[in-house]
Amino acid sequence: MATVAANTATVAHVAEHEHHEPQSFWRKYVFSEDHKTIAKQYLISGIIWSVIGISLSVMFRLQLGFPDMKLEFLRPILGNWINESGKLDPDFYLALVTMHGTIMVFFVLTAGLSGTFSNFLIPLQVGARDMASGFLNMLSYWFFFLASAVMLVSLFIETGPAAGGWVVYPPLSALPQAHPGSQLGMTLWLVSMALFIVSQLLGGINYITTVINLRTRGMSFSKLPLTIWAFFLTAVLGLISFPVLLSAALLLIFDRSFGTSFYLSEIYIGQTGEALPNVGGSPILFQHLFWFLGHPEVYIVLLPALGMTSEIIATNARKPIFGYRAMIASMMGIAFLAFIVWAHHMFVTGMNPFLGSIFMFLTLIIAVPSAVKAFNYITTLWRGNIRFTPAMLFSIGLVSFFISGGLTGLILGNSALDIQLHDTYFVVAHFHLVMGAASAFGLLAGVYHWFPKMFGRMMDEKLGYIHFWLTFIGIYLVFFPMHYIGIAGFPRRYYAFTSYDFTKNIFTDMNSFISLAAIFTFTAQWVFIWNFVYSLFKGKKAPQNPWKSNTLEWTTPINPGHGNWPGEIPAVYRWPYDYSKPGAKDDFIPQNVPYSQTPESNLPHENELIGLEKEIEAQNLNDQFKQPH
Amino acid sequence: MAATATTNTVATDSAQTFDKKAWMGGVEPMNASYGKLMMWFFLISDTFTFSALLVTYGLIRYSYPAWDPAIYGEVFKFSNLYWPTPEKVYNAVPFLHGIDAPLIFVGIMTFILIFSSVTMVLAVEAGHRMDRKDVEKYMLWTILGGITFLGSQAWEWSHFIHGTETGTIISELVNGQTVQRTIFGANLTENQYGPPAFADLFFFITGFHGTHVLSGVVLNILIFYRAATGLYDRRGHYEMVEKVGLYWHFVDLVWVFVFTFFYLV
Repeated sequence: MATVAANTATVAHVAEHEHHEPQSFWRKYVFSEDHKTIAKQYLISGIIWSVIGISLSVMFRLQLGFPDMKLEFLRPILGNWINESGKLDPDFYLALVTMHGTIMVFFVLTAGLSGTFSNFLIPLQVGARDMASGFLNMLSYWFFFLASAVMLVSLFIETGPAAGGWVVYPPLSALPQAHPGSQLGMTLWLVSMALFIVSQLLGGINYITTVINLRTRGMSFSKLPLTIWAFFLTAVLGLISFPVLLSAALLLIFDRSFGTSFYLSEIYIGQTGEALPNVGGSPILFQHLFWFLGHPEVYIVLLPALGMTSEIIATNARKPIFGYRAMIASMMGIAFLAFIVWAHHMFVTGMNPFLGSIFMFLTLIIAVPSAVKAFNYITTLWRGNIRFTPAMLFSIGLVSFFISGGLTGLILGNSALDIQLHDTYFVVAHFHLVMGAASAFGLLAGVYHWFPKMFGRMMDEKLGYIHFWLTFIGIYLVFFPMHYIGIAGFPRRYYAFTSYDFTKNIFTDMNSFISLAAIFTFTAQWVFIWNFVYSLFKGKKAPQNPWKSNTLEWTTPINPGHGNWPGEIPAVYRWPYDYSKPGAKDDFIPQNVPYSQTPESNLPHENELIGLEKEIEAQNLNDQFKQPH
Repeated sequence: MAATATTNTVATDSAQTFDKKAWMGGVEPMNASYGKLMMWFFLISDTFTFSALLVTYGLIRYSYPAWDPAIYGEVFKFSNLYWPTPEKVYNAVPFLHGIDAPLIFVGIMTFILIFSSVTMVLAVEAGHRMDRKDVEKYMLWTILGGITFLGSQAWEWSHFIHGTETGTIISELVNGQTVQRTIFGANLTENQYGPPAFADLFFFITGFHGTHVLSGVVLNILIFYRAATGLYDRRGHYEMVEKVGLYWHFVDLVWVFVFTFFYLV
């Protein structure tokens, strides 16, 4: 009865939808509430930010690799940040490091990665017309845009952008006297991050709510693609950790601008040792608050990449993902542990060694779910019928970085070893491999894999291969040697190593080598950007399901319109990993194919599920087109 | 429109609580609309904002000694050497000048705020009955409670800022010389009642909570206006009252913690 009524209602409603007023240019492409458009906005912003962020790193690599080099040719861009002797201004060097970290972590790998793919894939893969609230979703992007604008402006002010490191530890960041970058640049940094956090919260509540409320009929949590599980857990992580950064930032704003002493106590500054009036605060407190966000942030960056990798590897190995439930459990384990390990960033702050050993213990436990994931990727590939598409190569590259960067995590997680390695290039090498490069590869894999769905065209495969090999080799050439420099004790964030006896004459050629490799890798990215832009307009037209994939997004039209599916949203009967199922006609069975249509490949317990199909189909009660709106 | 309304009711009726099929997709599994879920998730996130602030409070507070009669003398007096006893700081009531009434005024404030939660519950309940008159009545009481709380907080802040008549003499080091000075009241840099950090935290955390109450009052007024103009009657349900109600209860709950931290321990 109810279904019949519902169906007539849909027909009426769909008809109504087809007669929507044509939207103006502004509503359609700029202030759009459509999740696909918002995802593309995030993607384009992320790509622009990544070019800026990586360029900054190339500039400071020039300084590190070639300390005597004349950088006059950068004067047209950097102006007086190139000083009279033709070298990079040391203050600006610190700003470069800070902005590289901030931009890459927050604007590229948080907003650009999960902003793009959570927005794009959640409604398409769970079978929803759009996000739960398109309006909040639009707000989320535009808060991010505002945050971006403020951060971008801070790059161009006279005193320079924030320069206290991306972790902005007080007192350096709290006292404008401490450094030029702690003046207006730091204020803008805090304003930008506050806006960014608002954007993350708006996005996050939308993702979580959409996954819970708007799954299509039959799409239980145990049939969700691992991408969606990853985006869901990422959103939960962000929802809980970003507000703590908001509190920390607000308290820092008060310390900077209104004379409070939350993080400041007994400070003497300048040549004269002038005493500041602040007493009673604790800079360590900021570190605790910061890393309560900062550590989960690592997984906010990494989990979406891992989720997409699961999907891409299973699709292109033509095999079910190995250990679907183990993958979910390990992601949940990682998400939980992410909140109780933050103090491993603070082993050398004078923390009680006993407390340090607890945090060390918890940190090392993360190796277990991480190893489960790594082994599951490898066992999925094992004896698979592998198709090396560019997306697949980047996913395999991710697994490689995840393992080689993760292994050094075991070393750094030891509080005793961390005393030697803390804040050296060993740390830099570790996190660039495990969260930087791995997540960037996840992002690139995602773009190559879902480009046909996003833009209706294929990216060029040959250019994709070239891009992959140059980047993969380049990244290892940059970060592998860096471990040695770190073990030798070279501290990170230093302008030059020429003034210390222990660093003066060693590793100068290795530093030059790393810089050359960095420039090489950066140059290789233009292959991708060319490929992206070219394919956007001139790429081969995409078929509906180019990768012969099982998930729901490939059941939509090649260029899905408003509401994603014309007519009814498909129902889901099976998990998303029925690849190469014995007995099946094709080597893939999409999620929307009922068991009653595949008797040749059904397992005994699946035959029993045929009886449920009618009930599943009837339970079509959350279609947004049928709700009054 | 009639057809869509029917579907909507079906959607809410057929999802029984924790039915196994509730999680099979195609239905709102917790029988809650997306807006209500979003409000809950926002509140979880806001919980962490306040938790971070209260952890900050705890950490800074316990880096200071408490007043100990054996060390600092039998009679309590304000000093920036130790954290003050709350009963001695918050002991004033409007119109009762010079009378020592520890925590009476803040007790009344707290009672008013909690009572406004009760009237909010009644408004939500009236919404379930689709009783517009009662929704209006109880929303008004809730708004009144919120405004009274904010007014009381303004008075308490202003009393805290102006200080006692005698002030507190503090000694500080200026250019290598110890200088004595009387200070009255508190601001973000100095504080007659105790260490400056005490005033910093008081202003920041009660201020942050007060901002939440203020936005709650604004939302309540909006809801009252929309209920009074019959929007929710036309819409067929009063769910907005419920959603804003969730926020309002949350703000009250946070106050209970703020109250405990600042006034009781």
